[in-house]
Amino acid sequence: MRYLPLNEADRQGMLQKIGVADIDALFAAIPAARRFDGLLELPLAASEMAVERQLGSMAARNLTAGAAPFFLGAGAYRHHVPASVDHLIQRSEFLTSYTPYQPEISQGTLQVLFEFQTQVAELTGMDVANASMYDGSTACGEAMLMAHRLTRRNKAVLSGGLHPQYADVAETLAHMAGDEVVRLAPDPLGVEDFSAAIDSSTSCVIVQSPDFFGNPRDLSAIAEVAHKRGALLIAVFTEVVSLGALRSPGEMGADIVVGEGQSIGNALSFGGPYVGLFATRLKNVRQMPGRVAGETVDAEGRRGFVLTLSTREQHIRREKATSNICTNSGLCALAFSIHMTLLGGAGLQRLARVNHANAVDLAGRFSAIPGVEVLNAHFFNEFTIRTPRPAAELVEALARRGIIGGLPVSRLLPGAGLDDLLVVASTEVNTAEDRAGYAEGLRGCV
Amino acid sequence: MRFTPDHEYVNVSGDVATIGISDHAQRQLGDVVYVELPEIGTKFDKGAAAAVVESVKAASDVFSPVGGEVVAVNDAVTSETSLINDDAQGRGWLFKLKLSDPGEVEALMDAETYADFLKTLD
Repeated sequence: MRYLPLNEADRQGMLQKIGVADIDALFAAIPAARRFDGLLELPLAASEMAVERQLGSMAARNLTAGAAPFFLGAGAYRHHVPASVDHLIQRSEFLTSYTPYQPEISQGTLQVLFEFQTQVAELTGMDVANASMYDGSTACGEAMLMAHRLTRRNKAVLSGGLHPQYADVAETLAHMAGDEVVRLAPDPLGVEDFSAAIDSSTSCVIVQSPDFFGNPRDLSAIAEVAHKRGALLIAVFTEVVSLGALRSPGEMGADIVVGEGQSIGNALSFGGPYVGLFATRLKNVRQMPGRVAGETVDAEGRRGFVLTLSTREQHIRREKATSNICTNSGLCALAFSIHMTLLGGAGLQRLARVNHANAVDLAGRFSAIPGVEVLNAHFFNEFTIRTPRPAAELVEALARRGIIGGLPVSRLLPGAGLDDLLVVASTEVNTAEDRAGYAEGLRGCV
Repeated sequence: MRFTPDHEYVNVSGDVATIGISDHAQRQLGDVVYVELPEIGTKFDKGAAAAVVESVKAASDVFSPVGGEVVAVNDAVTSETSLINDDAQGRGWLFKLKLSDPGEVEALMDAETYADFLKTLD
């Protein structure tokens, strides 16, 4: 039975009620140039087999991450996810309704969220973490809003090393709220000076480390400058594996730490769903957005888990909630937590070392190519090279050789005069053969 | 002492009003676990959300019963929230306003009217 609750008369009635002539008028706010006119050229009907055949042949034109040596990062990273992760996330203990408000039927989910939060807090060097957010960029935007609430100021300063899409999300949120965003110029070398940008109306400085171009940043110095003027430091990461090698943002004085957790437990999946990590210091916990699972005891003194501090959330506090994104990426967080548990602390450090060694090896091979310059003095598993021809062309040329070479900076920062920069990542999945092949391919393309 | 239908109270001395939540309100809320107070110098119109009182059950806005400028806040209740449960209309006060229009106080309920008002709620 088809479920079509509205008939034509209902639709007309609704349109009349809101005073609009037809459904097209609802889309008037979208510029005509952005609208698709007419109907999609699709057959009215086709058999399942025919659809599969056609879509399969279209999909075969992709050069997918697993089908070629893959050196693309810039916010989403290809890592090996053990097969056991996929098996374990499907266990019935973790099945629950959308929101685990009822602890009596959600202990598995609540416990794993509690353990997830513990892992995130330990990784970031913070006191508390929430049960996850949509992804790194929305976590970053929420952190900015939280800093505004904490400082009662409304200007955010965004580092020129912040992932451009994260900066775009922050700008969009700020635009809707009437807040101010100061976006510093793109900073491929990671040498920007914040002191001139921070004033008495600045709520926070948002700094990514390793930054978009791969440079690890000394957050301690930035924290000092920010704190001196009453602003908070929001530390961002897009590659969570880096925390297995670098000093934690918490140790370096960050007030809020946010990032993308996709690298652990989650596949690239064409860009999502991912899992945003969010942590802060205990004194800020009531302004932290999102859900928090807490440990408690039941009436008989047995250990159990519940959602805690939920009076901050929208189901109780309505429009005054700390955030209206109180949902979390439960399944992705579960996969993160299981993969991280399988790795353990020592395993994560080992994984980080392998990543770094692979990237160092690749950068060394690139340095030997005339005309190619590695910009970074230091990096984790990702770095930026200057190329003698536009990086966007180079990436196409490499793709024709069956190599997914990285992200041309001009893709995300068009018109910034950075057309000759290419961001390259090398994780544990890249073999020595892959790296040698890339270097050889690059030599042939430049 | 005067009261609002939202269960805030106002205690006026000269041109300064001390504001908090009524004893009835603290009883309804249960154990208060967190209080957010306004900043000194903030100006509120009558009815503006000025503070937040959070209990184990709910987080509620405290609306300023009268207009004015914040001249003092009770830092003691932020560190010891039980003061609100123990003595809401005394040591559990939240903030003090310099009144912009003393006439606004007259429009609020006196203790007797408020007591009658509470009877209508059950």
